This record gives sequence, C-alpha cells and structure tokens, in this order.
Amino acid sequence: MYKQNVTIEATRKAKDTNGSQAESNSQQIKKTIKKVTGSQAVILSILEEGVDTIFGYPGGAIMPTYDALYDHAKNVKHILTRHEQGAVHAAEGYARVTGKVGVCFATSGPGATNLITGIANAMLDSIPLVCITGQVTSPMLGTDAFQESDIVGISIPITKWNYQITSAEEIPGAIAQAFYIAQTGRPGPVLLDLTKDAQFGEVDFSYNKCKKIRSYIPETPVDPSKINEAAAFINRAKKPMILCGHGIIFSKAEEELMIFAEKAEIPVAWTLLGLSAFPTSHPLNVGMLGMHGNYGPNILTNEADLIIAIGMRFDDRVTGNINAYAKKAKVIHFEIDPSEINKNVKADVAVIGDAKKALLMLIPQINKNTHKNWVREFRKYDEIEHEKVFKKDLYPTKPGLTVGEVVRISSEKTNHEAILVTDVGQHQMIAARYFKFKHSRSCVTSGGLGTMGYGLPASIGAQLGDPDRTVVAMIGDGGFQMTIQELGTIVQNKLPVKIIILNNHFLGMVRQWQEMFFEKRYSFTELQNPDFIAIAKGYGMEGHKVEKREDLEPGIQKMIDHKGPYILEIIVEKEDNVFPMVPAGASVSDVILEP
Amino acid sequence: MKEFIITVYSENHIGLLSRITIVFTRRKINIESLTVSESAIAGIFKFTIVIKCTPELIQKVVRQIEKQVDVLKAFYHTNEEMIYQEIALYKVSTESLYDSDVIERMVRNSGARILEITKEYTVIEKTGHKEETQELFEQLNKYKVMQFIRSGRVALTRDPIERLSEFLKERDAVIEE
Repeated sequence: MYKQNVTIEATRKAKDTNGSQAESNSQQIKKTIKKVTGSQAVILSILEEGVDTIFGYPGGAIMPTYDALYDHAKNVKHILTRHEQGAVHAAEGYARVTGKVGVCFATSGPGATNLITGIANAMLDSIPLVCITGQVTSPMLGTDAFQESDIVGISIPITKWNYQITSAEEIPGAIAQAFYIAQTGRPGPVLLDLTKDAQFGEVDFSYNKCKKIRSYIPETPVDPSKINEAAAFINRAKKPMILCGHGIIFSKAEEELMIFAEKAEIPVAWTLLGLSAFPTSHPLNVGMLGMHGNYGPNILTNEADLIIAIGMRFDDRVTGNINAYAKKAKVIHFEIDPSEINKNVKADVAVIGDAKKALLMLIPQINKNTHKNWVREFRKYDEIEHEKVFKKDLYPTKPGLTVGEVVRISSEKTNHEAILVTDVGQHQMIAARYFKFKHSRSCVTSGGLGTMGYGLPASIGAQLGDPDRTVVAMIGDGGFQMTIQELGTIVQNKLPVKIIILNNHFLGMVRQWQEMFFEKRYSFTELQNPDFIAIAKGYGMEGHKVEKREDLEPGIQKMIDHKGPYILEIIVEKEDNVFPMVPAGASVSDVILEP
Repeated sequence: MKEFIITVYSENHIGLLSRITIVFTRRKINIESLTVSESAIAGIFKFTIVIKCTPELIQKVVRQIEKQVDVLKAFYHTNEEMIYQEIALYKVSTESLYDSDVIERMVRNSGARILEITKEYTVIEKTGHKEETQELFEQLNKYKVMQFIRSGRVALTRDPIERLSEFLKERDAVIEE
C-alpha cells in the first residue's frame, strides 16, 4: 500500500513539471490502485488538491487519519499547534498569505468545538478553509458517546458548507466538493466531519477534482449592460471615490484596480481587509475607511458624488450610522455575492460577478479623466490629521512610547516589505493606519469577528505561507495571553516570526471606550502580566524588553536581524487612545480627531 | 409586516432544513408554517415557508437562503400571487353529533368531511385557508373539540410549469459541459 502511495506522489510531482504525459500516468496509477482505507483516501485526496501544509491536533476519533498521515511526512507538512484554535487561525493566516485553501485537522468533541472561533472568523472574513474533524463511529452517533459533539449542527451558521462522512466511499467526492466550495465564488470555511468507521473502511480510490455543483453558482458572468451603466456614472462623476475591499485580493484584481484608478484619477480608500491591495505610497491611496480610519476618506464619503465599492460589504465599522452614510453619492457596488447587494447600502448600479473580470470590462469604457481638486481635498484633511494625530502618534515628544512609533519604525526597518500580522484592538487599528505596504497579501488581521488571540497563531500560517519574507506580528498584552501557548509551535517549527508585544497593561480598546463613554469606570480591564521575556526564554526563544525611546530603534533592529523567532516586549503608554474615531452610532463625517 | 410565502427548491441533503431555518431564527423571524416535500422533479425537494416580515427584509432573507450551497432556487410571493391550502383535522365526541344536527350542518356547509367515526369520537377534515379552518374550529369548539391539528401551508404558483424547470435545464447544460 505504502509503495502505491509513493508512486502516486512521484506522479503528482511529475505532473507539475510535465503536463500531459504525467496526466496519463496518473490516470494509469489511479486504475492500478485497488483499495485504500478511508483515512488513506483522506490524505491522498488532499494531496491531489495540492495541499502542502496541514495545521492540526490529533485525538481519538481522528487517529486513523493521523496514522495515514505518518506515511506522508515527506509529502505534506503537518504543524502540531498547542490548541485547535491555534490550528484554525494558523490555517487562516496561511490562506490569506498564499491565496490557497487553509487545511486543518482536529478530533471529535472538544477538538472540533475548539475550532469554532476560527471558523466563525473565517466565515466573516471569507477565508477559504477545509476543516476535517474526526467523529465517533456512525453506530454511536447520537448516543452521547465519549467525545461526541454534533459539530455539523454546531457549525451550520458559520460554515459555507459542511458535511458528515459516514462511509469511506464518500471521502474522495466529499473532499473534492469541499475544496471546490471553499475557494470558488465568495470563499469561506467548509467543515467535513469524518466518522471513525469511515476512516477505517475501504474505498477504491480515484480522485476527480470537483468543477461544478448543480445547486451552487459560485459566480455569475458580469452583465455588460451593468458595466455600461457603471461607466456612465463614473465618466460623469465629479467627486468619485473607490472603496477597495478584500474582494480585490481574492480576485487578484490589484493591477486592474490601479489601472482603473489612475485612468480616471479616482482616490482609493480601503477597508481593513482590503489593506495592502493598493500600495501605501501610491498618490491615489487616501487611506483607511471607518471607525478608526483616516480623516479624509471618512469626511469625504459624505461629500462624494459617486461611491465605487469593489469587493466590500459596507460593514457597520466602515459605514458608521448607515442612515447618514454617503448621502450625496450614487453607489456602484461590484460584488461577487448577490446577497450583499442592497443588504446594508442600496446600490444604484450593482455589478455582480468577479471583480477582476468586471474591471477588465470596465476599464476600456472609462474616459481618461482628472480629479485634481477632489484628490487635493483628501490631502487637505491629511494635513489636519497630520497635525492633530500623526505627529504625536509617530514622532511623540512625551516620555511614554506610542504604538504608532513602534509601527512606523517596524515598517521602516523592514523596508515596508514585511508581512504584518496583528491581533485585535488598539494596536490593530494603529498598525493598519501606519504600517506601509508595497505588496498585496501582506496584511493578516481579523476583521469581521474581531478575534482576540488571532495574531500569534495566524503568524505561524503567514510565515509558513511565505517562508522568505519577514513576518512581524504585533500583538497586545491581552490578546497575546489568549493563545500564548502557540509560542511552542513557533519554536518547534523554527519559524522566524518577529513578535512585538505592545504592553500597556490594559485591554486598551475596551479601556478607551470606558474612558470615553463610561466615565472612566475601568471595569476589569487592567492586567497584571507575567514576565513575557522569561516565558519566551522558557519556550527557548530569544527576546528582550524595551521601555525607553532610545532603546526602541536598536531594539527593533536587533529583532529584525535575529535569525530565529524573537519576542520584543515594548512597554507603551498606559492610557493612549486611537484617533481619529467615528463614535458608535455617529455618521462617518462626524469623525473626531481628539477626545 | 406582511405575510409572504417562500418556496425553496433544494437538493435532498441532511442538515439543509436546519441551514434554512437558521436564516430566520438568527434574524428573529418567526416561521408561521413550514412544509417540506418532494417536488414534481425527481430528487428535488420543495420547502414552503410562511413568514411575516417587511417587503425589504423578505428580499434579503430569500437571498440568504439562495446563497446556501445545496439550495437550487428560492422565490417569494404574496398570498395573492399563489394558490394555497392548509388541511385541518378536528376530533369531536360522537355523542355531540347525536344531540342535534348542528355539527352535521357545519360539516356540510363548510365543505368539510368526516374521516372516521367510532363510538367515542368522530374525526372531521377540512382544507382551506387558515381563516376558514379556524372558523370551523371555533364553531365546532362550542361542542368541544377534543383534538385539533392544522398542517403547514402548501402553495402553487399560477405558472403552467414548475418554475425550477427552466433553471434546471440551464444548470444541467452547464454541468454536462
């Protein structure tokens, strides 16, 4: 059996280098294979899907699959995390950096339920994942057996699709469907629950990638008449504004976005998940939208006469008070998921379909145009923001260190080429505002779900996804302690992640809200923290602590120059706030720059 | 708030009922009635769901249902746009039929029929709109209805064919490519 598997792998490799001949070899081999176990079929199937990395955690009900994996250690890397939540966030980080499907394994019961937060995160951020969980044997289903949880039932609202496999014969087909569904159309997480008897059963293995499902239309062809309507609006607009979302990255439309924006000279603002799709230094990049976004794009959203939203869903953190949002503007919504049209903001023109294909159709119909004065308005607001916010964030003169200066120096020291991973909270917003990007797929952060504890495990996936790039993980002292155990994974796998703990001894964002909206009643937000450097050392990691400004730059330099993983703990100002801010319930144009 | 009838055509997959009902429960929309059965097209199931909500919300909800991978198509209609029925069963004591001919007249006048008579009880069946079956319930209840049950709604459009057929033809052509 093992030999056959090796042959398949050899063929798979040959396929990459020598197309058609290898293809027919592969078919031959498929025919010669008689029977494999269900668990072997799992591994063979994911190899057919080109998976090179699995994040997971073994346990009783998934053991047969782990046993089959043992024979393939050379063909596929398995990263043993320290908690299943770590595995799923790592898979998300991997997916975001590579554009491939993130894969994770977990056992039944608690193993499976520990994936839930990560799956929910992936659902809200449209991250393609295939999660494979073990399950008790099918005759035991519903008997409250040891480590039985109804993970298919539990995960329904947070998966794009899920399915329970109870016989080995179903495995190749179900896995093929899972990968197809996870990565086509609007991507999302898929869960396959695999009973133990399905893993032990036997199947005549052959694998056909899924290309179509009758009931599932991942994307509809772009309607040319909608492109005509959109072009007419764009060509007439005096104050147009592009909102760049995650969809630009999914559809690999970064270049088309730039051509479009430049041709008509339209300012480009971005959502948190659209970050890095458009280079920071580009003259038309006007910054981040929403609650802690930049001053100009928020104020001018309500001055624009045309909003061109591409691959974004008008999240409430972007729109603020929806009834006072973009009131002077017509809205063109480019979106692959029809259920997003008119969900939050009514579209005057809805272009349903893939962003790249739509932009390719749109560009020839756009007149070359300039909007110099309009772009200048954004720059005017930048100057105000610079005076009131940037200066004291980025070049502070007061003694306490700011998160802003840490972000600025980290970005500079990595020549703006690093992959930024963040956790959730104040540091996340500040990092999104000040870290600079030259390349797409360079920012890994939790958007819709706002999952504290995401950063450290996501950095594992990000580093594995692009081993040659520097990964800088910026994490608050609160979120760091939610998944701190993944330091073990980083060390065991020798991942050179550069971890910056921004330590203010507070749950900073909650504290900021308590200060602003709850009369400074700091209800349970102060943290007594451990000695993080001692913990790093305990895990076998290098690290040091910075408390003074003169040590900051050399400290970051030392971290960047270090060959392996590194922890830099930076003690930052205890009660700093993130500004600008659109207070909850306010209109985006009521964005404030100071308390 | 208005009453709408949602028709969902789906593959016959375990768990899909739950996926569909979650679309409502998560938005705190109550399901007034739900009927699931095989459609005129073999292997394809049809959900008939009655809910009360605003015209804006119904559009969004139906799109969320159609977004589910195993759902082929979802439509919504107002009551006026569809032909629909519900069925109700009433159990009354047989004795109360002996007392006078009132119940017999009720059955006759409302187009109901008697399904079963035993010494103890008589089961009456009526199909119709909810108001009609409810009206009969109220009349019969004067003589004590021992048990009562009303089904979910079944509904058809006024189209000559199953609305899904065209869609399926297209999809099957795509799949065969």
